[in-house]
Parts: sequence; C-alpha cells; structure tokens
Amino acid sequence: MALSFMEGNEAVARGAIAAGCRFFAGYPITPASTLFSAMLELLPPAGGICLQGEDEIASIGQCLGAAMGGMKVMTATSGPGISLYSEQISFAVGSEIPIVIVDVQRLGPSTGSATRGADGDIQFLRWGSSGGLPVIVLAPVNVADCFSLTIHAFNLAEQYRCPVFLASNKEIGMTRESVDLSALETPEIIGRAAPPPDEPFRPFHVAEGRTVPGFLPMGGDVIVRQTSSTHGPDGYITTNKEEIAGNIKRLEQKVLSAADQFAFYESRIEKDADSLIIAYGVTARAAEVVYDELKRAAKPVSLLVLKTLWPVPEAVVRSAAEKVKRVVVVEMNLGLYAREIRRILPDRRVDFFGRMDGDLISPRKIREVIAHG
Amino acid sequence: MDSLLNKSRPPAYCPGCAYDRVTVGLDQAFQHLKLSGNQVAMVSDIGCSGLFDTFFHTHALHGLHGRALTYATGLKMARPELKVVVTMGDGGLGIGGAHFLSACRRNLDLTLLILNNFNFGMTGGQFSSTTPSGARVGSGFLNQLEKPIDPCTVALSAGAPYVRRCSSYGRDLAEEIAAAIAYEGFSVVDIWGACTGRYTRKNRLTPATIEENLAGLPPMPGKVNENARKEFGRHYRELAAALKPAAPPEAIEAQFEPPAPARREVVILGGAGQRVVTAGEILCLAGLTAGLNATQKNEYNITVLRGPSISELILSPESIGFTGIEEPDVILALGPEGVARRGYLFDRLNKESCVIQAAGVDIPGSRATVHPIDFKARKIKAQDWALAGLAVLAGLNQVITMDMLHAALAHRFKGPLLAQVLELVDSVNI
Repeated sequence: MALSFMEGNEAVARGAIAAGCRFFAGYPITPASTLFSAMLELLPPAGGICLQGEDEIASIGQCLGAAMGGMKVMTATSGPGISLYSEQISFAVGSEIPIVIVDVQRLGPSTGSATRGADGDIQFLRWGSSGGLPVIVLAPVNVADCFSLTIHAFNLAEQYRCPVFLASNKEIGMTRESVDLSALETPEIIGRAAPPPDEPFRPFHVAEGRTVPGFLPMGGDVIVRQTSSTHGPDGYITTNKEEIAGNIKRLEQKVLSAADQFAFYESRIEKDADSLIIAYGVTARAAEVVYDELKRAAKPVSLLVLKTLWPVPEAVVRSAAEKVKRVVVVEMNLGLYAREIRRILPDRRVDFFGRMDGDLISPRKIREVIAHG
Repeated sequence: MDSLLNKSRPPAYCPGCAYDRVTVGLDQAFQHLKLSGNQVAMVSDIGCSGLFDTFFHTHALHGLHGRALTYATGLKMARPELKVVVTMGDGGLGIGGAHFLSACRRNLDLTLLILNNFNFGMTGGQFSSTTPSGARVGSGFLNQLEKPIDPCTVALSAGAPYVRRCSSYGRDLAEEIAAAIAYEGFSVVDIWGACTGRYTRKNRLTPATIEENLAGLPPMPGKVNENARKEFGRHYRELAAALKPAAPPEAIEAQFEPPAPARREVVILGGAGQRVVTAGEILCLAGLTAGLNATQKNEYNITVLRGPSISELILSPESIGFTGIEEPDVILALGPEGVARRGYLFDRLNKESCVIQAAGVDIPGSRATVHPIDFKARKIKAQDWALAGLAVLAGLNQVITMDMLHAALAHRFKGPLLAQVLELVDSVNI
C-alpha cells in the first residue's frame, strides 16, 4: 500500500476536480487560502477557470454567473467571508443556482483568530441568509472525507440546485495526513438535469414527478431567464400568492423531503453502552479514540459521527440514541449543534462539552465528561 | 435583424423616464450588430435599471444590488461567445464600487451601461454616488456633504480601455451603445438621463441641460489608448493553455522498517523562519517510507516571519485519530518562541522521552533524556536547524532512521537542492 500525504484543503480541491468542477473563484483568507492555491494549480491547466475576486461578494457572484453558464462551481472562505457571501447565498437558494461553498472555519466571532480552528459557524451556515430556507451542510472528519464529501457536495448541489456547504475547520483543512488515495470513495458523478424535451422551456417550471426545475445553461440556443426576485415558473416577477407560497414550500421540501438520501454518518452502536457520544468534524477524531479505548476497557460507549449536519439527520440521531440513558454532544463551540440534538431528543438527557479557545478537544477531556456523567 | 424587445413585456417606466430612450437605443444597437436573443445576456441588478433584462428577449440574469458585474464576469468566463451587457444605475455603481474598479482593471469583454439619473429612483430619490451636492433629493441635507464621482474619470484611472459619456436623448445613442458592445474589452458608457418620477420633481434637468452639462466636460474618447491591452478572457485562456498539468499526488511505497513499530509523537518547537513546517513534513514523509501513517498539525502566528512555529507530528502503524499531542515522545527545542508557547509539555515528558535541545535555547526541566546540540558551532544556519534536528533524531535511531530520512528528502526535493539537504543531514553526524 502506497500512502500520499496531503492536507484537507488539497483533498477538497482534488475532490472538486473529480466531481467535474470547472470554475472556482475565491478571495484569500486564512485558513482557506491553500484551497484557493490548490485550485489555481489544478484547474487552469485542466481547461477550467480559477479567479481571484476583488472580494468575497465578487467571488461568489462570479461563481453564480458561471453556474448559470452551465459550469460546476465552487468557492471557499472562512467565517468572515461567509458573512459577506450571505446575500449571494440567499440568491443561490431562492433562484436555485448550484454551488459548493467551503467554509474552512476559524475561531470567531468576527475576524477572530485566523490560524486557530473552531466549529463556530455550524448554525450560521444554516441560518445565515435571508428567507430561512434550508441548505445542505456536510462536515468532513479527515482528508478522505474532504475528497469524497466534496464530490457528494457537488452531486447534491447539482441534483437539488441549491448551495451545499462543506463545513471544514482549520484543523482539517490545514492539517496534513497520510491517505491511501486508491482506497478513497469516489461517488458516481451527477450533473444537473435538463428539462423534459418537447415542452417550451420555462426556467422554474417543475416537471411532473420532479422537485427541481430542469436546467438549461445561459448562452445555449434556448433563452434562459434568471432572477433574484420572487418569480413564477417563467422566471418573471410574480405577485400571485399561491404561486409564491407553492414555490417557497417546494424550495423547502425539495431539500427536507430528500434528506434521508444524503444523511451521511458513521455509527458505532454498542449494545451495553449507557452513553452515546455525538460528534462531527475534527472533534469526531478524538471521540473515535475514546470509543476505541472504552471498548477495549470493557466500558463501551456508543458513537455517532455526523457528516451531514443540515438538514439534521433526525432519524439517524433518534435511532442511535434509542438504547442509551445519556447523550453527550462534543463540539468546538458553545453548544451550537447540541441544541438540535436536544430538540430531537426532548426526553433524553443531553449533555454538552465544548471549548472555544483554538485548542482541539482531546480524548482525555471527552473521557472525563463520560466518566463524570 | 428583428427587434430583441420582449413582446410579452413592454417597457413600463414612469412617463418621460430616460430609461425608455436607452431601451430603444439598446434594441437598435442589437439590431445594428445583427445579434439574436440567444447571443446576448443582459445582466442587471436592483432599481429601475434592474427592469431592463425583463424588456428584452435575451438571456437574462437579474441579481443583487450593485453586484451585476460579479455575475457578468463569471458568465462571460464560462461562455466567452456571449455578448454580455450589464445595466447598472448610479446607485448600484456606488454599492458595487469595488466591482466597477475591478472590471476596469480586469478588462473582460463586458459592456457596462451606467444608467445615470443622479439618484436612487425606485426607493424614493435618495442621493447616489453621482448626485450633485446642490441637488434636492430624498436624503435631506446629506448629499450636500459628499462630492459626487465621475464614473468616467474613475474608469479611466482604473484602466478601462473604452469609456464614453453621452445623453439618453442623443440622436446617436444606438451607435454609441453598438460601438461599446462591438469593442472587445471592458467598455463603459455613462448615459445621463432624467428620472421623472423622483429627481426632476425638485431639480431642473432636461435634455437640453444634460447636453449643456456634457458639453462643459472633457469628452471621453471611447477607445482609451493608454489603457488598450489584451482582453482578460482571451489572455487568461492563453496563459492557462501554457501551464503544465498539475502533478498527481505522490504515493510513497513502504520500503523500510521504522526504529520501533509503535506510535511516536514528535513536537518541533521553533520560531518563524526555521522551516519547522517543512521539517515536519519531511518527518512524516519519512514515516510513510516505513509504511507508517502520519499527521502534521501546525501552529504559527499570522505574522509568518515572526513568532513561534510549532509542528505536531504523529507517526503510527495504526490509523491516527486525535491529531493533537499532549504527551510527546520527542521534543525538538529549536527556538525560544516555540518553547515558550508549549513550555507545559516538558513537565509531561517521562524518562523514555527525548529532547533535542539547540544550544542557546533554554528549556524547562524534565525527566527526559536531553541531547544538546550546538548547531551554530557546526555552522548550520538557523533556517536549517529543524532539518538538522531530524538528522539528530535519525542519528539516535529515534522515530526515524537515516535511510527513512534520506528517502523522504528524495521525495521532497530534487536536483541541486536535494544534494544540499543530503549534505546537510549527513554533516550532522552525531
């Protein structure tokens, strides 16, 4: 077995290329800058386009323009950049523009600490754009995930025509690790669906049996309209309340009703366990160490590592927590995702442990939390 | 050619609005250029200029206020064959000022029509980036405090290769617009007109006064010779085509036995400029040559050339979960900044642990075996201490062997640089 050595950001870039990404625009920001560098190395020689926008708003705007031209697109930033993306994210949500957005999180709030990790954007990614409609958020644990979840992210963005976030972290994006590239999961590549033939094209018309409008690229033979305004199936502004309400509901349901199909997770359920640890991102790595140690010590705990954070994989959480007395959510923030778990498991004791000082949560800390339950 | 006006959506501006004129002029320009609807993309944003895309039967992308140029840039790069025409008001121009400057600097083949009517019409006639300080507008006295910008002189100084200024009421409006669209590069046309719904209620602005005002300004040349240069998209494709494809990631075969088949944790504590991160990578590559898994977690201040530089490295025959190091097996103490930040680690060392201590770097007491080494006396420069420290480690047969180190260097460096680093590590010879 031959091993390669790479950081998470590079693995995301390579995953993007494998997924068919043809356009990247970004703006330098630690700890996402190396993702931009990697795309700059990979994309232009492969015939793709890699731009440095004048700011974050421009970078994501350029991506949206290229996406409407038919390209698979990605941008990457950190928390401060996500703030600036916000209005464009809501454009992509409401106007169904496929885009993958990588948030290599750093310690916030605000400009915070550029070179320290955190998972403080986990609710922000879900709720940080106007209108409150759902988005998809995936969270990689390691370099292998950075590669394969990026491909999934593209597939989901294309399939559901919505922004898909990869919630990375300085501690994943800029940490290098050995990886067996030949063993990586490479999901089948999915592109956006064209409208059914033999019908006049209406850019937001949803064909029978579908939940998402068929896509035609701007610049093709058929004229395409795109608008950030509240629109009807023809892409023109509408004031028809039924049409508006129906469309908004569809934008919600196209993601929520399909959520089970992209609930990525790893669960290790021990039948004698009293406690279930729920973790995601880099913290899951420490939780896995604790799981292994306690299993060896014959004091097993169960472990649920969530790789889809939004929509919350509620059935997965309920099922994993079914037999335990106590759930412990461990995350690099002040309990942002614990609130979702508490919402899903109102009858269960849900404890939280977190930290927000730039340090990783260690296995030792998690063991203490489990032991002092 | 046929008109590209949208038959199902006739223009619906306020009576007397200058935008009506521009709509007609733009349609005539499309006809002059013999463009069909699917060859054109209209990109607009918010405000009355944002109604434009609706009135044409072309591709249309209508987005957020001030951001039209951002979408246009992505779309044009994705579809170079499209004629992309951007309409922005003077409001969007102010909001998207950075995009305007960048579009001028970039010189991508877009045409920007600034529909300049000196106020935010749709929202109540508030002042915009071009409202005269003496105008009476919906922002009370605030416009008296600010100087309006001249988009044309801004465009000139920002590098736009095509800049024109004209009146919505001019007879040659269609020709003006057609010439700008035909130009291969970023073309800006600042088109002055009256907003009858808001601005001209309290301010005198007529076709005649616009003509007068324009006549009093230095004319804009259209093609700007000093800014003439390659079009961005063409230039991009030219430069990108000359690039070599990126190399696939290297895969390293296991060929050595490590000193011990166990997990080893190494922390390099140094300072900026000591190439700590590179040395960390080399240690991990050395691990890979013995079939070990490896992780490298770095810490440094954002001021890259000052402050501590720390690399936490784990080599293990098992898969590695947690990437932090709480109780290292080995510390390379190479710089006071790094030692200061992780001083607490020394207390956690045991008698099996080892510390490689560069002369001149004070370290806290510990139970570990300390191997002092005077790099300066060996004439090794500070930037090579971290790599030399790996040679000491290999010389002690700790964590890595000299064979592993050599193989790692051969993976990381080529040519004369490889010869230099091999010479360096061999010279350490403890």
